[in-house]
Amino acid sequence: MQTTKTPLAEATAPSTRSGSRFLRSLLHQREAGLVAIIIVLFIAMSFASPYFLTWPNIKAMLMSFSVEGIVVVGMTVLLIVGGLDLSVGAVVCLSMVVAGQLFLAGLDPWTAGMGGLVASAAVGCGIGLCVTRIGLSHFIASLAAMVIVRGLCMVITGGTPLSLFSLPQSFKFMGQGDIFGMPIVIIIFGVIVIVFDYLLRRATFFRKIIYTGSNEKAAAYAGIRTNRIKFIATVFTSVMAGLAGIIYMARLGSATPSFGVGMELNVIAAAVIGGASLKGGTGSIIGAVLGIALLSIVTSSLILLNVSAYWQEMTKGLILLAAVSFDHILNKYRAR
Amino acid sequence: MRRDFALEMCKVSKSFGPVQALRCVDFSVRLGEVHALAGENGAGKSTLMNIADGILQPDSGEIRVNGEPVTLRSPLDAQRFGIGLVHQEIALCPDVTVAENIFMAAIATSSKWFTSRRELEMKAQGIMDKLMPIPVTTMVRDLSIAEQQLVEIAKALTLNCKVLILDEPTAALTESEVTTLFGLMNSFRNQGIAQVYISHRMSEIFDICDRITVFRDGQYVGTDNVADVTPQQVVDKLVGRSLEQLFPPKPKEAPDGHPMLSVKDLSDGEVFQDVSFELRDKEILGFAGLIGAGRTEIAETICGLRAHTLGEVTMDGQVIVSDHFADSIDKGIIYLSEDRKGAGLFLDLSIAQNITALDTGLVASGGFLSGAKEARTAKDLGRRVGLKRGSIHNAVATLSGGNQQKVAIARMLAVKPRLVFLDEPTRGVDVGAKAEIYNIVRELADQGTGVVAISSELTELIGLCDRIVVIHEGRLVGEVTGDAMTEERIIQMASGLTVSPASDSPATSELGERN
Repeated sequence: MQTTKTPLAEATAPSTRSGSRFLRSLLHQREAGLVAIIIVLFIAMSFASPYFLTWPNIKAMLMSFSVEGIVVVGMTVLLIVGGLDLSVGAVVCLSMVVAGQLFLAGLDPWTAGMGGLVASAAVGCGIGLCVTRIGLSHFIASLAAMVIVRGLCMVITGGTPLSLFSLPQSFKFMGQGDIFGMPIVIIIFGVIVIVFDYLLRRATFFRKIIYTGSNEKAAAYAGIRTNRIKFIATVFTSVMAGLAGIIYMARLGSATPSFGVGMELNVIAAAVIGGASLKGGTGSIIGAVLGIALLSIVTSSLILLNVSAYWQEMTKGLILLAAVSFDHILNKYRAR
Repeated sequence: MRRDFALEMCKVSKSFGPVQALRCVDFSVRLGEVHALAGENGAGKSTLMNIADGILQPDSGEIRVNGEPVTLRSPLDAQRFGIGLVHQEIALCPDVTVAENIFMAAIATSSKWFTSRRELEMKAQGIMDKLMPIPVTTMVRDLSIAEQQLVEIAKALTLNCKVLILDEPTAALTESEVTTLFGLMNSFRNQGIAQVYISHRMSEIFDICDRITVFRDGQYVGTDNVADVTPQQVVDKLVGRSLEQLFPPKPKEAPDGHPMLSVKDLSDGEVFQDVSFELRDKEILGFAGLIGAGRTEIAETICGLRAHTLGEVTMDGQVIVSDHFADSIDKGIIYLSEDRKGAGLFLDLSIAQNITALDTGLVASGGFLSGAKEARTAKDLGRRVGLKRGSIHNAVATLSGGNQQKVAIARMLAVKPRLVFLDEPTRGVDVGAKAEIYNIVRELADQGTGVVAISSELTELIGLCDRIVVIHEGRLVGEVTGDAMTEERIIQMASGLTVSPASDSPATSELGERN
C-alpha cells in the first residue's frame, strides 16, 4: 500500500486558541491540583516555622527526593504501559553494589557505573522476558526479581557495606557537588523530568506505550507490537533505577546491601498520587514528580513540627488514600 | 388493576453518560405468554431487561410485578419477585462444575450454611436433562459455547421464575437445540409463566411468540399480536424506514473486474479449513454465518492477527505473508474489530489520539508527534465520516456508540487502506449512523478499496453487499449474489442445512448430512 507519510496539511493552529485551551485543560488536570496543595502547604508551613521557606531547607527537600524521583520517572512509564515493578528498590541497590565492587576491583568509577547500569538492565530484561514470553504478570515477575536481586546484593557484598571513600572527587561531584549553588543531583533530575515529560507527550514511541496501557488488545489490533513495547518499558524502568543507584553511590560514598528497602512502594505511591493508574493508560511524569515532592514535603514538614516518625509513615498512607479516592469520586461524578 | 400482567414497566428511562439508552418506554408481559422484544442492536432491549433484573437502576419510571409497584435494587431483589434473566453474554464461572454454576443464583439466596454436593448435583442433573444431558460434574470451561448457553438457561430455571427473560438464547445454538428449547418454553407457557424472548431471528419470533413489542433507538414503537403482522412489517418497524433508504444503491451490474484479493485453501488448523474466495475490484463481499462459524478468524488470519498453517493469500498479484498486523497495515490491509470497546478503541484517550493510532507516523516528524497536525488530521477525517462531536480532545468514552464507530472508521481511513475487513461494522449503532456508515463503506469500495463485511445481521449483509459467502463450521458452504440473497437461503446454508449449487467446497455435502 501507499503508506502516505505526507502530512495531510500543514497545521497552523492559532496560538491564542491553544493558549486558552491550555488554561482550560489545566483546570482538569491532576498536576494543577497537586501544585495547589503544595503551595497551600508551603504557606501554612511558613507560618509554622520561619526556617521552612529558606533556600537551604528548600534545597534539602529537593535533594531528598531528587534521586528517588528518577526511579519515579521510570515507574510512571511502566505504570502507563500497564505494568508494575516491585524490584526497583533492590535494583537501585544492585546497581550500587555492582558498581562499588567493580570500582574496588580496580576499574575507574565511570566504567564501574556502566557495569551497574548493565546489571540493572539485565534484571529488567529478565522481568520483561518473564512477562512477554512466559506470560507472568508484572507483579509476580518483579516480586520474584526483588527477592532474587536482594539476595544477589548480599552475595556480592558478603552482607557488609562497601566503603568507597576512595572514589575520586570528580565522581563524587556528581552526587555531592553543585554548580552556582544548584546541586548537580537536582540538575540531573530536572533534565530527566523535562526530557521524559516531553517525550511522553510527543514522541511516537511513548504514544505507543499509552495505547498499549490504555487497551492492550486494541493496541494489538492497531498493529502495535505490544510485547515489544512492554519489554522496553520494563527495561527502561530498571535502567532508571540503576541510574539512581549510581548517583546514590556518588552521593553517599558507600554501597549498602540493604539500601532502598521499601523504596518501590514509596515510588509507586508517588506515581499514583500523580495520576498514574495501576490499570495502565494514564499518568504523567510531571504529576508523578509532584507526587513524590508532596510526599517528601509532608515528611519534612512533620519533622520540622517535631511529629514522631511513626505518625509520618501514617500520614503518607493517608495522603495516598485521599488522592486516589478523590480521583475515583471525581470520575464517577464526571460520568454522570 | 389488571391482574393478568406478570410484569409491567411504565415510562422507563435510562441514560449512560451522554447516551440515552431508553426514552420513556412501556413494556408489559401477561401471564402465560411468550412476548418477543425486538429491536436492532442498541435499541435498548438488553438495557430494559437488565433493569427488569435489577442489574441496572432506571433514571425514572415504574416497575410493577403482579400489579404491585416494586423497586429492584439488585438481581437478588428481582429473584425474590420471581424474575429470572438468561443473559445474552454467557456469565458462567469456567473453573467450577456445571452443577455449581446452575445453582450459583440459588446458593446466593439460600439460607442454609452448607450445601450438600450430592443433592445439588442430583437437582442440577434433573434440570439439565430437560435441555441436554450434559453430566453436571463437567467443568464449564470444557463445554462448547452452545453447551454453555444451555447451562446459562438452566441456571435461570432453578429460580422458579414467574417471569423468565431470555436474551438472545439461541445465538449459539443449532437447530435441534433450538427445538428442544422451544418445547421447554411451550411447557412453561402452559404453566402460566410469563416469558420475554429477545432474538434477531424473525423466524424464531414467529414460531414461538404470542405478541411482539418493537423498540427503536431506545424508544417504544409498538406492540402487536404476532398473528396480526408479517415479518416484513416487523422489519420495517425495526428499521424505521424502508431498506432502500437505509442502504446506498448498489452498482447496476455486479462488479466483474479482476480479483484484487484471492485466497486459496486457507486453514488455521483449528477453527477453519480450506477457505478459498476472491474479492473483485469495487466489490463489497459479505461473510455470513452463525457466531463461532469462523468468520472473524478468517479475517483475522488474512490480516496477520492470527497464524495460519496452510494456504495462500494473494493481493494485487502478490503473495502476502503477514506474521504481524503491523506488516498488514503497511500493505494497506486493515481489520476493524467487532469488539469496539474491548479491541477497537482506547476509550480513555481522546478522539484525535484514537484516529491516529494505526499510524502515528502520519502526524509526526522525526519521531515526534505534532499536536496541530494530529488535530488537523482528526478534524478532516472526523468531518469525512460525519462525526458529531464536541471537541476532538474529548475522550472517546463520552461518545455514543454510533460516533464511537465513526471514530474507528475514521482511524481506518487515515491510512488510506487497500483492503478492509469490517467485522460487525454497525453493532450497537443507531439507525441514522448506520445509514451514514453504509454510505462511507460504499464510497470506499467505489474508490477502489476492497471491502469484506462480516455481520450477524442478515438485513445488513443483504442490503450492503454485492455478494455474500456463507460459512458454516469453518468451511465456506456457499455463495449468493443478486436476488438469491435472501435471509431464508442464507440461514439455511449457515446452519448447514442445504448446499448451494454454486458451492465449490468439497466438504459441503458431508456437512449437510451431519446436521
